[in-house]
Amino acid sequence: MNTLRILIGRNIKLFFKDKGMFFTSLITPLILLVLYATFLGNVFEDSFRMVIPEGVAIDDNILSGIVGGQLLSSLLAVSCVTVAFCSNMLMVQDKVTGAAMDIAMTPVKGSTLALGYYIASFTSTFIISVAAMAAGLIYISVIGWYITFSDVMFILFDVFLLVMFGTALSSVINYFLTTQGQISAVGSIVSSMYGFICGAYMPISSFGSGVQKMVSFLPGTYATSLLRNHCMGSAFDEFEDSGVPSEIVEAMRDTVDCNLYFFDKEVAVPVMYLVLGSSMLLLVGIYVLMNYRKSRRIR
Amino acid sequence: MNDIIRIDGLHKSFGEVKAVQDLSLKVRQGELFAFLGVNGAGKSTTISIICGQLKKDSGRVFVNGYDIDSIKGEFKTDIGVVFQSSVLDKSLTVLDNLKSRAALYGIYGEDFENKLKELSELLDFSDLLKRTVGKLSGGQRRRIDIARALLHDPRILILDEPTTGLDPQTRKLLWDVVREFQKKKNMTVFLTTHYMEEAADADYVVILDSGRIAAEGTPLELKNTYTGDFITVYSITEESVKRLGKPYEAIRDAYRIKVKNTEQATELITKFPETFKDYEITKGKMDDVFLSVTGKSLTGGNEE
Repeated sequence: MNTLRILIGRNIKLFFKDKGMFFTSLITPLILLVLYATFLGNVFEDSFRMVIPEGVAIDDNILSGIVGGQLLSSLLAVSCVTVAFCSNMLMVQDKVTGAAMDIAMTPVKGSTLALGYYIASFTSTFIISVAAMAAGLIYISVIGWYITFSDVMFILFDVFLLVMFGTALSSVINYFLTTQGQISAVGSIVSSMYGFICGAYMPISSFGSGVQKMVSFLPGTYATSLLRNHCMGSAFDEFEDSGVPSEIVEAMRDTVDCNLYFFDKEVAVPVMYLVLGSSMLLLVGIYVLMNYRKSRRIR
Repeated sequence: MNDIIRIDGLHKSFGEVKAVQDLSLKVRQGELFAFLGVNGAGKSTTISIICGQLKKDSGRVFVNGYDIDSIKGEFKTDIGVVFQSSVLDKSLTVLDNLKSRAALYGIYGEDFENKLKELSELLDFSDLLKRTVGKLSGGQRRRIDIARALLHDPRILILDEPTTGLDPQTRKLLWDVVREFQKKKNMTVFLTTHYMEEAADADYVVILDSGRIAAEGTPLELKNTYTGDFITVYSITEESVKRLGKPYEAIRDAYRIKVKNTEQATELITKFPETFKDYEITKGKMDDVFLSVTGKSLTGGNEE
């Protein structure tokens, strides 16, 4: 147990001390912040304002709370996965520097090593994501707070699950990488692509129907929707309580992916958890299996 | 003396390239074993197989009496490796590096503190513990590499070209420490090097060429077999040397005459006493052995 603890400590320290790896992991969340600060925030706020029927008075704070919730959910949806990918690059970095070979010369079990990378990557990503979540909540509390305590707990749980998923996915993919070039290529692809395919940059509802169907097969999509529900749900309730017809509120929920559809069938929140949780477990299982086969192959 | 490493009929190929071919050797416990060969001769492949990092095609490898195929990874506690280039984490401190590596052998807490104290005094790096490895000089980093390899008191220390690029002072320090461990703990040293003077100090030498053993023996046996003796004669004329009828070369202030062995040298001196007023007889060097065996020479990290 001490061995695993020290190994995890080493991996976490390496990630936070490697400035290149650390800042690369923050690129996608930063892009998102810039997008919201420059135009996305205004675009969404204007579009929400336009659907308010005449004669209904809506507090600006509610609108700000909805847009803030959208920003926070987008931020968390990408950072939980992209940071996991970058922090988990340590397993590849170790191959590049020769540290992996040095470690493999020791009697430590392959399963301990694999677990060491997984837990370290999870911990680093969780720390960063929770920090981002805290910053986001503080921001929302300033512009318009419509989030309940249970929402906060659910957001934390969503972050936990999504970080577990992101770590498992990156573990399976990074397992096959061996060179610095591959690290850069995969890092760039994930950083630039994931924000789009998970619906963080633009809502999935704004994609063409073909793309919508395609991304509905990706578990990350459901994580984004879970975060949307918990970051924006109570603000939408407040919106409805203020006199906006429920049909309009439902349409708004559709627009921002709080309601998600799998081939025109609405996916309930528990099912979203089921999809995310089971795909995470499946990826963890694949990772365990790959490491088991590797240990047998060397022998 | 026991054989701490035994290899029988080892074969390893990478596609069409036969990296190791029917290699058999024994390394005795406590000896300094030199494993020589040009780059690509199969040294690193053999080391990787001994360390359990590479699957062999055929043959058997025993480490400390255990067939490495029949046990899990236990034999790895018997082996410490100093790689050609440092494989420590450059962005961590020396202390963090040694701590994390020691933990992989189940050494932590007080045991680690004691080991750290012993090694830092021996290798003189107490003042470097808080320094980041990436900011150390080549010699300082090498000392930490050696400490890392010795953390778990291995019975076998594999040194893969450990002194390449080091200054003479650091090289001497490293060899002093390794020799001390070897004596005190009866540790076996398995050395690959391009410095022939290091190989000359070995107890046993194996020269590998294209994956096969080209020659093996003690340095003396190899010198006697593959090189002759040399008589260096001072204060004589070239005519006198020519009269001896032996191959020679002019050096700065003397002539170096090649003879078959010490017996022939004695005969020559007895026959031409007036020529040999001021002279010395020396054995051939390991460079000459290597050149004679492989047709290639190794000069401080480069093959020619």
